[in-house]
Amino acid sequence: MLYASGRFLAARAATTLHAPPRARGPALRGKRRELQIPGHLETPSYDSLTGLRTRSSAPPARRVVLRKGRMPPAIGSSHAGSELRLRRGRCAPQASRAGGRDKVPQVAARSLKRPAWSSWRFETAGWWATLAVVTLLSFATRFHRLDQPAHICWDETHFGKMGSYYINRTFFFDVHPPLGKMLIGLAGYLTGYDGTFLFQKPGDSYEHHNYMGMRGFCAFLGSWLIPFAYLTVLDLSKSFPAALLTAALLTFDTGCLTLSQYILLDPILMFFIMAAMLSMVKYNSCANRPFSAPWWFWLSLTGINLAGALGVKFVGLFIILQVGLNTISDLWYLFGDLSLSLVTVGKHLTARILCLIVLPLVLYMTIFAVHVMILNKSGPGDGFFSSAFQARLSGNSLHNASVPEHLAYGSVITVKNLRMAIGYLHSHRHLYPEGIGALQQQVTTYLHKDYNNLWIIKKHNSNTDPLDPSFPVEFVRHGDIIRLEHKETTRNLHSHYHEAPLTRKHLQVTGYGINGTGDSNDFWRIEVVNRKFGNRIKVLRSRIRFIHLVTGCVLGSSGKILPKWGWEQLEVTCTPYLKETANSIWNIEEHINPKLPNISLDVLQPSFSEILLESHMVMIWGNNGLKPKDNEFTSKPWHWPINYQGLHFSGANDTDFRVYLLGNPVVWWLNLVSIALYLLSGSTIAIALQRGVQLPAELEGLTRVLLRGGGQLLLGWMLHYFPFFLMGRILYFHHYFPAMLFSTMLTGVLWDTLLRLCAWGLASSPLGSRIHVMGILSLLLATAYSFYLFHPLAYGMIGPLAQEPESPMAGLRWLESWDF
Amino acid sequence: MGSHSAGLEETLGVLPSLLFCKMLRFFKRPLVVTADINLNLVALTGLGLLTRLWQLCYPRAVVFDEVYYGQYISFYMKRMFFLDDSGPPFGHMLLALGGYLGGFDGNFLWNRIGAENSLITQSRLMLLESLLIFFNLLAVLSYLKFFNSQKHSPFSPHWWLWLMLTGVSCSCAIGIKYMGIFTYLLVLSIAAVHAWNLIGDQTLSNICVFGHVIARAVALLVIPAFLYLLFFYVHLMLLYRSGPHDQIMSSAFQASLEGGLARITQGQPLEVAFGSQVTLRNVFGKPLPCWLHSHKNTYPMIYENGRGSSHQQQVTCYPFKDINNWWIIKDPGRHQLVVNNPPRPVRHGDIIQLVHGMTTRLLNTHDVAAPLSPHSQEVSCYIDYNISMPAQNLWKLDIVNRESSQDTWKTILSEVRFVHVNTSAVLKLSGAHLPDWGFRQLEVVGEKSRGPHESMAWNVEEHRYGTSQEQKERELELHSPTQVDISKNLSFMARFSEVQWKMLTLKNEDSEHKYSSTPLEWVTLDTNIAYWLHPRTSAQIHLLGNIVIWVSASLATVAYTLLFFWYLLRRRRSICDLPEDAWSHWVLAGALGTGGWALNYLPFFLMERTLFLYHYLPALTFQILLLPIVLQHVSDHLCRSQLQRNVFSALVVAWYSSACHVSNMLRPLTYGDTSLSPGELQALRWKDSWDILIRKY
Repeated sequence: MLYASGRFLAARAATTLHAPPRARGPALRGKRRELQIPGHLETPSYDSLTGLRTRSSAPPARRVVLRKGRMPPAIGSSHAGSELRLRRGRCAPQASRAGGRDKVPQVAARSLKRPAWSSWRFETAGWWATLAVVTLLSFATRFHRLDQPAHICWDETHFGKMGSYYINRTFFFDVHPPLGKMLIGLAGYLTGYDGTFLFQKPGDSYEHHNYMGMRGFCAFLGSWLIPFAYLTVLDLSKSFPAALLTAALLTFDTGCLTLSQYILLDPILMFFIMAAMLSMVKYNSCANRPFSAPWWFWLSLTGINLAGALGVKFVGLFIILQVGLNTISDLWYLFGDLSLSLVTVGKHLTARILCLIVLPLVLYMTIFAVHVMILNKSGPGDGFFSSAFQARLSGNSLHNASVPEHLAYGSVITVKNLRMAIGYLHSHRHLYPEGIGALQQQVTTYLHKDYNNLWIIKKHNSNTDPLDPSFPVEFVRHGDIIRLEHKETTRNLHSHYHEAPLTRKHLQVTGYGINGTGDSNDFWRIEVVNRKFGNRIKVLRSRIRFIHLVTGCVLGSSGKILPKWGWEQLEVTCTPYLKETANSIWNIEEHINPKLPNISLDVLQPSFSEILLESHMVMIWGNNGLKPKDNEFTSKPWHWPINYQGLHFSGANDTDFRVYLLGNPVVWWLNLVSIALYLLSGSTIAIALQRGVQLPAELEGLTRVLLRGGGQLLLGWMLHYFPFFLMGRILYFHHYFPAMLFSTMLTGVLWDTLLRLCAWGLASSPLGSRIHVMGILSLLLATAYSFYLFHPLAYGMIGPLAQEPESPMAGLRWLESWDF
Repeated sequence: MGSHSAGLEETLGVLPSLLFCKMLRFFKRPLVVTADINLNLVALTGLGLLTRLWQLCYPRAVVFDEVYYGQYISFYMKRMFFLDDSGPPFGHMLLALGGYLGGFDGNFLWNRIGAENSLITQSRLMLLESLLIFFNLLAVLSYLKFFNSQKHSPFSPHWWLWLMLTGVSCSCAIGIKYMGIFTYLLVLSIAAVHAWNLIGDQTLSNICVFGHVIARAVALLVIPAFLYLLFFYVHLMLLYRSGPHDQIMSSAFQASLEGGLARITQGQPLEVAFGSQVTLRNVFGKPLPCWLHSHKNTYPMIYENGRGSSHQQQVTCYPFKDINNWWIIKDPGRHQLVVNNPPRPVRHGDIIQLVHGMTTRLLNTHDVAAPLSPHSQEVSCYIDYNISMPAQNLWKLDIVNRESSQDTWKTILSEVRFVHVNTSAVLKLSGAHLPDWGFRQLEVVGEKSRGPHESMAWNVEEHRYGTSQEQKERELELHSPTQVDISKNLSFMARFSEVQWKMLTLKNEDSEHKYSSTPLEWVTLDTNIAYWLHPRTSAQIHLLGNIVIWVSASLATVAYTLLFFWYLLRRRRSICDLPEDAWSHWVLAGALGTGGWALNYLPFFLMERTLFLYHYLPALTFQILLLPIVLQHVSDHLCRSQLQRNVFSALVVAWYSSACHVSNMLRPLTYGDTSLSPGELQALRWKDSWDILIRKY
């Protein structure tokens, strides 16, 4: 038990205990083109005003009618619109801009501050060139010194090990869904890693083992984050400087870099999250061409990436939530568009259900199917799963075993607690010590297989040997009154009004009597959960409870470890609280009865849906078990955005090769300032618009980008950050990185827009024309310089710690809490 | 005796039904009883009072949680400090006030439990829920009143009155139980939506809109915050004596209470100097508040698991005052253990040694695994066995809450860390209990810092300047009480933030309770709470809802939700089933009823504490609020002919009388005034999951 929980705590995770995936799809914008033709040249102020209030962008002619029929501004419409308002989306800006590529120059020409991309061809070439540069730089930084250090860093010890398990096909248990580790295993397999390295503890040298394939794979996925972020911002803001700034911030962030260079789940998770975000944004911009090929492509790609994100960690639920909200608001918009028939709306709905719910669900289940198919050998994870589950694994004692199917009187059985890591009902020739309940034989639970786990099931009122061949076989049925006799000591399972040794509110359970003769406190009613009276009891499959007849309490294990006198086995009690918890539910595992025919356990194999359900139950339970200890320092969510403290990936002392996961403080603090600035400027603009202020035409586009594009990114940041405040499990700094990606994209959009606003405001002065370029350039340079300063954090440093003046990092320990 | 304060409770418990009725007036004319509204109001109030006050003095024994609340009231009467994590102090104070007015003198010992019914039961007994529900409803009612007067007479006295009352009752609700925050959020969000619409109203001038927003911000944000602080101010002012929960609080807090620690620490020297004799209390104090301790016994040579130790003198953390908790601060450069004249204060960053007073051994740590936390270093008092294990007894003083780097180490006020000079490990309370060889005291270890944690911080509690050079004299000195003077009082804000923090972080033992339940069981009323059983007969009091009302309230919520979405979708396609006016009322009612229910109910799914059926009652009141609205709506808008309307009215009357009938049947369990036979009790056990106490004769 101790060993198990220790291993457990070591397994780190980032997940949530929220309900199972409730995939909601993103959605698209309806027949935009029909609306656009009259609509896209309408005066911007009008569009923005009404668009903001009602989110309707029907042609002006219809607007009057709609307004008449609009709900009163009281609670009704505000309620209905409240969630929409959160991310009152992209429709108009993209519609007017992305309406067609040939329109962009036109818009650019009108909006005086946009860089004048003079021709369409030049623009395309520039577009590809920038993307190529961004991608190359990203790959270069991620693959630089990837082989250093050549020893296990931090959680590589878990995920590398789990990759090996896939290569060796041994069953293991982890709190995360399997996709990430499967991909790591696959990468290792393809690049010639043979799965023989033990991955025992951080710091162990890889020696001759080929670890570069797995690291390379993670770095490869991690490198794509930057082009993805670049494209997302480009699509949301239609501004190259904003996209470039975002890409630079991410490329030069030491934290993102560090996290992408090792065998971890995070680069894989972030890859899928960003890919899902990008595809969602892309299909939003295809909204004017619904049901076209690119539309379908991006929509289904969104679904695929959602499945990927959820398949790596449960954190993927947050991006699912974001796509879901986007889809709901989309559908709401389409539904309100009276020019669309209900059939068309129905088609839109169906397309989204198919691509964003059905497709991801199928993929997610496929991942699990592959997972259980690959892992078919018994391994370290067996004990966490139920008996029936273990029967699948070759090498497990239950594999291919054959036992009688139904429980009969006289059978010799072992009884296993349904809760993970509790074990088998057990007794032995030792008494409870003086002063702890009655001086009778101990009954405990024990995790290992042992003769003392064997019990004989007998009728409560007769002591005849049911195995006598002259008696007919009599099956035990649900609701029968029985007696459980301990085979080795011939004592009966017994309970009485004495308090249990550790859980004072429960009753003590003992072994009592001799040769099966005891008293009426030995009688238990056997009940199958959710069955009717009279049903037979199946080995392995039936979930049973033992109810003490005299006191009415239920046999259970508290899961607490007994002191020395109890051999550190777990306490068994009889609980007076009749709640159905896994602690008080048991199943029969081994079953010996010579009078009954043995049947192969293969017949009892759980179905795929049962396996799926059980895996998830065990994962959730595992996550719940990862509780922080009271007297330990633990990372708190509020530490993260301020870059309060990093994580040691490798080494801690001055002689070690040290890698320290810490965000580039310049980038992170800029992000922090940006969020505050965004909230300030966003709410100012929103209030101004609500007050009916007429903005100049030039500002229309900018405010729309800020409110809609920025709003989506802000929502992404909030969804990936705030839920952590509600989680009871142990948290780590690296859990913030998905949120950090969104926050960085927001920074890019915000500064570009703000600088454009400044440029517009200062248009008369000579500074005005240059302020935007200068601002973006200085931000880029500052980021690059800070990366130059802090890059040893990611690429590794040797020598004295930063507080020593002779250290290469001297003077860079800007916060006392950083320990590198 | 307790019945006096219960009387106050009663009166407040009645008011919800009154508020209820008033609130309904906003949505509709009463449907079932077609009498004049005012008459109706009086009748309902009368009925409410009657059901709540009926046989109030009975039973004359302590019922259920009255044990706790009663105890707390006694503390108020005796002015003793206590800490309750269930909620802020306003509710307790209100009860105490009731008791005070009723002549309750606090000398009754609350430690013996004598052994739409739920709302009656709850409001009859001296528990906090009815107070909470009262203020919840008052808040919603006054907001509605305010919203109504907004239309014709903004900024009138009437308008101000209701606006302020909203803020005040919200803070009262929060002040009673933290659950009140859900209703506060409800009111806030509705107010925010209304304010947003107001901002969009371009017929108003900017100044006017600004005034509206500011008035709301003051009434709904500033006033509640201020009142909340005020509750604590009064609470802390009333409770100035030390009480049973002193130990949980920091030394500084304890020293500010009369009696208790203050009696000892009063008059201690403020600045710790070289030669000072001190006791060191762990700031974190979990699992138990304790003091750094050592005693003659050594660590066992070999632990049970085969690991070895240094076999030096044990250093532990001990949860009781003891002579062995005294340590002397020594300057490593000098040999003396007395304070110079003038004293040389110890400053942040100074290197010190800690001498154990009774054994004169030095606090030491080294690269040996600690007994229970093998990743940390063992801390011992050094014994030289001459086995090439050198003494490593230098510690650097790190004052955590220093104001400048030159700060001196102050008694009680300073939280300090001891950083080991050789290994940079920090002295820390690991939280584990040592086995028998360590007398089950708490383990102290040296840990290489992974981050600041309160379990690494210590503060001086008792302090005196040592004057005896000889060990024998010093031992005598250690036994004698401390003297000299200076006392330090904490500011209110410091005391408030400490109390608040402890309340929020205090973890209750995850106590299983016979009547605890899960939120899912509440909606279907699958659970009950037995409050009281007559010592001899089977008369008993249960918290048990009127199942007809519960079911129909839930049905009403479902019906409302379905209808709402139906209308909403149709409106989106420009089909308006309801006139504008009716629609906005319908939405507002739903926002209050469904929103209030959801906000008061759903958060419980995320909570990990022990939950009881009574936690559902606030949510239920909101749900019941929705019931007549839905009925009225069905009658007004869905019944198309007079015939349908009549049939519907008949159904409502039938429903109402069945509710009354059920209420009457469960009456014995609500009032506990009649003793039923086992057979009758068995017959009342309508659900298998209801736990009704049946005596075996």
